[in-house]
Amino acid sequence: MVSPAEPTGLEVGRLILATTTSTDDSGLLKTILPDFEARYGATVEVIAVGTGQAIQLGENGDADVILVHARSREDAFMAAGFGVNRQDVMYNDFVIVGPAADPANIKGLTDAGAALAKIAETQNVFVSRGDDSGTHIKEQSLWQATNVSLTDATSIKNVDKTFVRPEGEWYLSVGQGMGSVLTIANEQQAYTLSDRATFLARKAQGLDLEIMVEGDSRLFNPYGVIAVNPEKHSNINITAANAFIEWLTSLETQQLISQFGMDKFGQPLFVPDSAAWNAAK
Amino acid sequence: MNDLLDGSIQATRLIFSLDSALYEIIWLSLYVAGIALAFSAIVGIPLGAALGLKRFIGRRFVMALLYTGMGFPPVVIGLFVYLMFSRSGPVGALGWLFTPRAMIIAQTIISFPLVAGFTMAAVMGVDPNLRRQLLALGATGWQATLAVLVEARIGVIVSIIAGFGAIISEVGAVMLVGGNIENKTRTLTTAIVLETRKGNFELAIALGIILLLLTFLTNVAMLRLQGRE
Repeated sequence: MVSPAEPTGLEVGRLILATTTSTDDSGLLKTILPDFEARYGATVEVIAVGTGQAIQLGENGDADVILVHARSREDAFMAAGFGVNRQDVMYNDFVIVGPAADPANIKGLTDAGAALAKIAETQNVFVSRGDDSGTHIKEQSLWQATNVSLTDATSIKNVDKTFVRPEGEWYLSVGQGMGSVLTIANEQQAYTLSDRATFLARKAQGLDLEIMVEGDSRLFNPYGVIAVNPEKHSNINITAANAFIEWLTSLETQQLISQFGMDKFGQPLFVPDSAAWNAAK
Repeated sequence: MNDLLDGSIQATRLIFSLDSALYEIIWLSLYVAGIALAFSAIVGIPLGAALGLKRFIGRRFVMALLYTGMGFPPVVIGLFVYLMFSRSGPVGALGWLFTPRAMIIAQTIISFPLVAGFTMAAVMGVDPNLRRQLLALGATGWQATLAVLVEARIGVIVSIIAGFGAIISEVGAVMLVGGNIENKTRTLTTAIVLETRKGNFELAIALGIILLLLTFLTNVAMLRLQGRE
């Protein structure tokens, strides 16, 4: 299944990868990165943060390559000239999770927007990432698709980005990572939106929440990889960044991704989606 | 460098913008730290004075505990308070987790050893003859102790300043037990972490400057309490 890593003879050196917490927390990077490091004589330093900060690190030239999931932000990053060589990598999906008792009665719904509307209507506690992460951005787009009235949620003004949230005490915007949000939701027996990978990993550790809604095409979560433009910042290791992108989207690595999670959860956590993978299918 | 400069400009602008979310965050930070500090002072100053003045069995042991508490990682205290108040914890039924109450409890535990420890050191620095003479002159034990505390007031104020500094700048414990909930348990430090994570470095550094200013002003006020040398 996994071909042994054959050194390519290249020595690309140190690569700083800014990525979302989901790729790191799920254990995916730990599983696949040694293969890249062996093949390309590279040392990869992973900075696992929210999508917003990962993109900012790229803009500031503090990372060589970014692996994120927020298509509109990625497009803006490319349009502003901060990135070169954007490629699709893979996707996973979001799920709405909640307490087994399901007080909002949403279990089994296939329309994520309708489920959120019911949570709002019954005023059950919903925990939001509230941290400008890919998950938070997705959550806001789902709320916008409902007829729940939303309010400007930019907590402190004078910021160029704006956020929306439903009004009400039942909506908790906590500004933390997925793991912490699941912990808080578990404590409060509340609903939240989570990526499947992090949820399954935490569920295996005894989280007392269940998947309520899944399968809506709007819960689709595509990841893209982008090299930071070396013309913007001279310290960018573009050789390593391009090698990483080529490797990540190659058929062999995509095969690795498609197997990840099978042994532990009985289902893959990420679905390969690179051009090379789709061409081979 | 640009973020730093823009941050300073934005800090100034924010302070004068009367942004309600910002003032709510500042108020909560001061409220939680203030109450926690009051609890710490009520327990810590008498304990520090007792340890400094009295000789009793187990005194060295209590001192060792206090010194350990002074260097204890706040995040571990946060974790302890979290587990106590968690749904599955011993007092979880109170429902205090992710409320300012849990934050006050964590910050009290963090600041109390500092207040007691520095008070003890200040009291020990006072000439022991003062207390003896006052007692010989007919003062009661309480009066003599109070006189020693007044004599050691500079050190006692320093103990409170140290306690305040430790908790107003603390982030791990309040994040853990408060949950950083918008309009509810978000403090200046947790807001800084959040804005940094969001990539709003400029706003984050502006909040940092505001926190620094706030600490500075509070300390100036406390130093006035110390009185003149």
